[in-house]
Parts: sequence; structure tokens; C-alpha cells
Amino acid sequence: MKLPVNLMISGTQLLARKKQSIIAMLGVMFGIAMFIFMMSFMKGVNKFIEDTMLASIPDIHIYNDIRTDYTHSVTSAWLSQDPSRIVVVHHPRPSKIHLNLKDPGSIIADLKGTPEVTVVSPLSSTQVFFNYGPVQLNGMLDGVDIYAEDRIFDLAKKMVTGHPEDLLTTNKGILLGQGLADKLNVVKGDLITLASPTGAVMRFRVAGTFTFGMNAVDNVKAYTTLAGVQQLLGMNHDYITDIHIKLRSLDQAREMAILFGRKYGYKSEDWETTNPSIKTGNMIRDTLTWVVSITLLVVAGFGIYNIMNMVISSKMKDIAILKAQGFDGRDVLMIFLSQSLVIGILGAAIGLGLGYLMSYGMSRVPFPQGEITSLKFFPVVFDVRYYLLGAVFGILTTFLAGFMPARKAARVDPVAILRS
Amino acid sequence: MNEPILEAQHLDKFFPGPEPFQVLKDISLSIGKGEFITIIGKSGCGKSSLLYLLSTLDTDYKGSLSINGTRVTGLKEHALSTFRNEHIGFVFQFHYLLPEFTVLQNIMIPALKLGRSPREVIEQLAMDRLKQMGLADIASKPSGKLSGGQQQRVAIARALINNPGIIMADEPTGNLDSVNTKIIFDIFHELSLQGNTILAVTHDRDFAARSDRIIEMVDGCIFRNSTDSLQKLPADP
Repeated sequence: MKLPVNLMISGTQLLARKKQSIIAMLGVMFGIAMFIFMMSFMKGVNKFIEDTMLASIPDIHIYNDIRTDYTHSVTSAWLSQDPSRIVVVHHPRPSKIHLNLKDPGSIIADLKGTPEVTVVSPLSSTQVFFNYGPVQLNGMLDGVDIYAEDRIFDLAKKMVTGHPEDLLTTNKGILLGQGLADKLNVVKGDLITLASPTGAVMRFRVAGTFTFGMNAVDNVKAYTTLAGVQQLLGMNHDYITDIHIKLRSLDQAREMAILFGRKYGYKSEDWETTNPSIKTGNMIRDTLTWVVSITLLVVAGFGIYNIMNMVISSKMKDIAILKAQGFDGRDVLMIFLSQSLVIGILGAAIGLGLGYLMSYGMSRVPFPQGEITSLKFFPVVFDVRYYLLGAVFGILTTFLAGFMPARKAARVDPVAILRS
Repeated sequence: MNEPILEAQHLDKFFPGPEPFQVLKDISLSIGKGEFITIIGKSGCGKSSLLYLLSTLDTDYKGSLSINGTRVTGLKEHALSTFRNEHIGFVFQFHYLLPEFTVLQNIMIPALKLGRSPREVIEQLAMDRLKQMGLADIASKPSGKLSGGQQQRVAIARALINNPGIIMADEPTGNLDSVNTKIIFDIFHELSLQGNTILAVTHDRDFAARSDRIIEMVDGCIFRNSTDSLQKLPADP
């Protein structure tokens, strides 16, 4: 029976000063709405940037890094027969370097047997010159298993003309980055000439063009089949230079990369190491979002604190009379704290709705069209977690903001008030 | 005298400060069931302090106090609140109704707090009390809209709602005109005749004259505690 009386008093008092209650509620509402909006938008931006960056980076990239290994210098064969002599060779010249991975078959088989790995895409990659008429451009040619590569990078969605499978149906087909195709001024169906660093020349037919939305990729990259590159370089069919790996979870990338590097003895890079700016940028934006959001909530909290303080100052006599009639400190605390909580809970609920509407509105605002064409609207993420977090923060803030004045009310000495 | 409902022994109270001031000096007092007692004295003589002390609102004193057979000295805040709720009815000088509530709600609140009867019963009881005060027609009015005399009558109805062992009043007519003062007089007199125990602080000698017993205080001591009528008292001790 105790609770309902306190709540009845609390409710009546709240309704008696609707204007003040609504203003306090608006403060919380606005704070929570902005929190939701900022979180959704910032996370959307983070996700967009991450997606764009990662669109051209595999989760893990295994390759044979150029290492000049001089331990087997020819000089030693001639000069170090006598152990009392020390041979120092200044500025040695590297001997032949192999860029391919040894025994790629067993590495690939082993990777495919690893449960954390979802896709393994072996590449044979080389620098090439693209020739079309008088135009000569430098670029990268990746010989790939197009289905595996498609599964890692979702190429089908990135095609401007043609389809990834066209690579297989076209004789000596090649997929060009859109920027590269534009510079060469070729379209689907044209024949272009490629020259390898070793001087070999081969003609390929353009089977399609793609864009990753990044000039650094679109202007230099081309795809063909594994056999195409191997043939151009005059290598046999197990000439594999790189392996792209897609993992079940991005978070495992770092440890898995270290594991693979140790296991196979080749350079093994995770996406974070390849692109450290993603994490840094995310962290800075996240920090900013949190700081601003919490500031907003604290301001809303101060609003409640102020209003409750005023209310309690003007209600000293009522508190005294309640205490005289048998309400103790705990009852008084409950009466005033519950008022703050009602303001907080209602404000938070409406704020969540408003935040959703604002986020939704933002997600329908067209993004100014420019170089980055993949973005049609402002990026916004809708995640239930931010809404739960917003609700928890909102209620926590109002609880703290309401608790201090309510405790003051609970400690009021009725005699001091009634005497004066 | 009837069996005592309130017994105070050797009460001392000090107001703290650089030079502590003793506002009550060794007060012992007994109030019998059904008595109508008034405490009179000049302002500053300690009569209000004594009332707040006897009403258990003020716990900062020396001595001991029992009400209705319960020793209330030394009880914790929560226990005292519950005790006041059940055993003591308050009437103050400045009416002190809760302005956001209707008249009926104001009367019901102490009973709802006590929670002994269901809400409907309490509402009926409150209505009866209001009728007793002759105010049945304003039951649903907001209490802030009433005149001073009406407010004080509502406050009395509220004080009675839990059938308290003792009704304590602090200058119940101090803020009223003569017509309303007379009405309140009559109500207290009526209540006294019905067997209620009333302890009222007043500076109104006419009001005191109608009580069973007058306690006159001077400088923190009981100067006179008599059932004599006021006319026999010297006007200025």
C-alpha cells in the first residue's frame, strides 16, 4: 500500500506543473535524440569508410615479400674456407629474386581446411604495361580464380560493364578498372596489348570494367585468369604470388595473420596492418561522438537537476507536512525521485523515437554526387544496441540528476520548516 | 485523572550555537485520555518547541517521552514516522494543505499512508469527516482554492482521519479572522466533548479559556499547570 500513495502524490505533483515537467522532458528527449542520431550517423560514416577501404583489401594477404637474402653470398664459397678470416662484403648486388610462393597447393589446401577461413583466393600477380594504340600505361595485372575473388570482393556489384564470369567465356579475357579503361579509351570487346616486365607481349580482350570507388585501384588494376598471367610470364600453372583470404570474423584477422605468417613462412598481413588509418579514423570519430553525446546527456541531466531543485525548494512546506503526517525520508525520496524518473523515462522514450526519425531522415538525404559514386545517401546505421544504450544512459542520467535534489528533500527537518 | 496518553519526564532542549541556549528546562508533563489542554505563554517561552518535541517531530532533546504506552524517545526516523501517522493528528497555524490535491485527497493521504483500510473505505471515512466539518460540498475542489477558514477545517478533518490518540495543534486560529476563529473554537470544543485528546499551543486566551487545563510557560519552564479558569489567572505573570 505504501508505493501507490507515494506514486499518487508524485503523479499529482508532476501533472500540477505540466509546463515545467514538459520542459525537463524536452531536455532529456533532445539529448537522447541527438545521442541516437550522432551514434547512427557516425557509425554509418565509419562503416562506409571501412567498407570502401576494405573493398580493395582482403582480410588477410599472404605474399612473398621481396627480401634480399645475402646469407649465401658467392664470396663465402671462395673466401671463407679459412675460419680465421672474416669476410665482409660491401653493397652486395641481389641475385635472382622469386616472387612466387613455394608449394602453393599445400598452403591453399591447408588454408581451406582452417575453420576460421571462408574463402581462399590464390593470385598470380605482376606489373604490366597496358598498350592501346599509342597510349601506354603502367598497372597491376592479377591472375585470379574469378569466383573466389568475387566472393571476397563482391566483384559482381562493382562491375560497370560486363560480368565477372565473362572473364571465363571470353578467350584471353581481361577485366579493367574503369579509370584504366577510360585512360586507354577502351570499351568492352576491344583488344589491348599487355607487356610483362620480362618483355613478353600478349593480347587480351576487354570482357568488362569495374570500379572500387577508389582511384588508387580503378586506375591501375586489371583482372584476368590465373592461366593468363602464368602464360604472360612464361611460368607454369603453380606460379602463385599472393593468396587473399576472407575470414569468418574481421576481428580474428590480426591473430590469424600472425599464425599464417609463422606457419607458412611468408609475409602475412591483416587488413588493419595494411590500412592503419581505418582504425585510427574510427577511433577518433567514435571518441568525438561519445564526448558530444555524453555532454548532451549531462546538459539534459542538469536541466532536470535544476528543475527538481526549484520544485523541492518551493515544496519545503509540503515536505514538512508530509513528514509530520507520517511519511519518512525514504517516502519523500521516492516521491521526488519518481518524478525525475517519469520525466527521464518519458523523455528517453520520445527521444528514441525522435532519434530514429532524425536518423531515418538523414539516411534519405541524397549524398552530393562526385568522385565517390557508390554513395547515394548519407550513410546511417540502424542498430538496436544504440537505442538500448541511449535508453540506459538517459534513465541513468535522470536518476542521478533527480537523486541529489530528492535526497535533499528527504533530509528536510520538518521542525525547521514548520517553525518559520 | 484518566489514564495518561502522553507522559513526558525531565525534558531538556538546547538550541545549539556559540552559546547554547536552553529553550526547555526540565519539563515533566502528563496528559490524560480525553483531556483538552492548551499551552499558553509569550512568544519565545518555548511553547512551540515543547509541542514539536511532544509530537515526536523534534528528536534532539534530553529526557524521555511516552505516548499511548510506547516509549518514543530513541526511536528511529522510520519508526517515528509510522508512529506519528497512526497516533498523532496535526493542525498547524498555516493550514498546510497540499495545494495540488483536492480537499478529499488531502484528507485521505494520511490514511492511504497508513494503509489499514481499502481505498473505498478511506474515501467514505474522509467524506464523513468532511461532513462533520460541514464542508461536504467542496470535497472535489482543489485545496488551494479554499478560504483560510475552510482550509483549517479541512486540516482538522485530515488530522482526525486515522483516529489518532492525540491531536496536536500549533496556533490553530493564529491566522484566522474572528468569525473563523469562533468556528474552529467550536469544532475543537465539539471534538473534546466527543472524547478526543487535544493539545493546542495558542496565544489566544479566549481559546485557552474553553480548555480543560491550561499550561502556562515562562522562559522554558512550566509556570502554571492548572484546571482553574483563566479569569483567575493574573493577566501578566
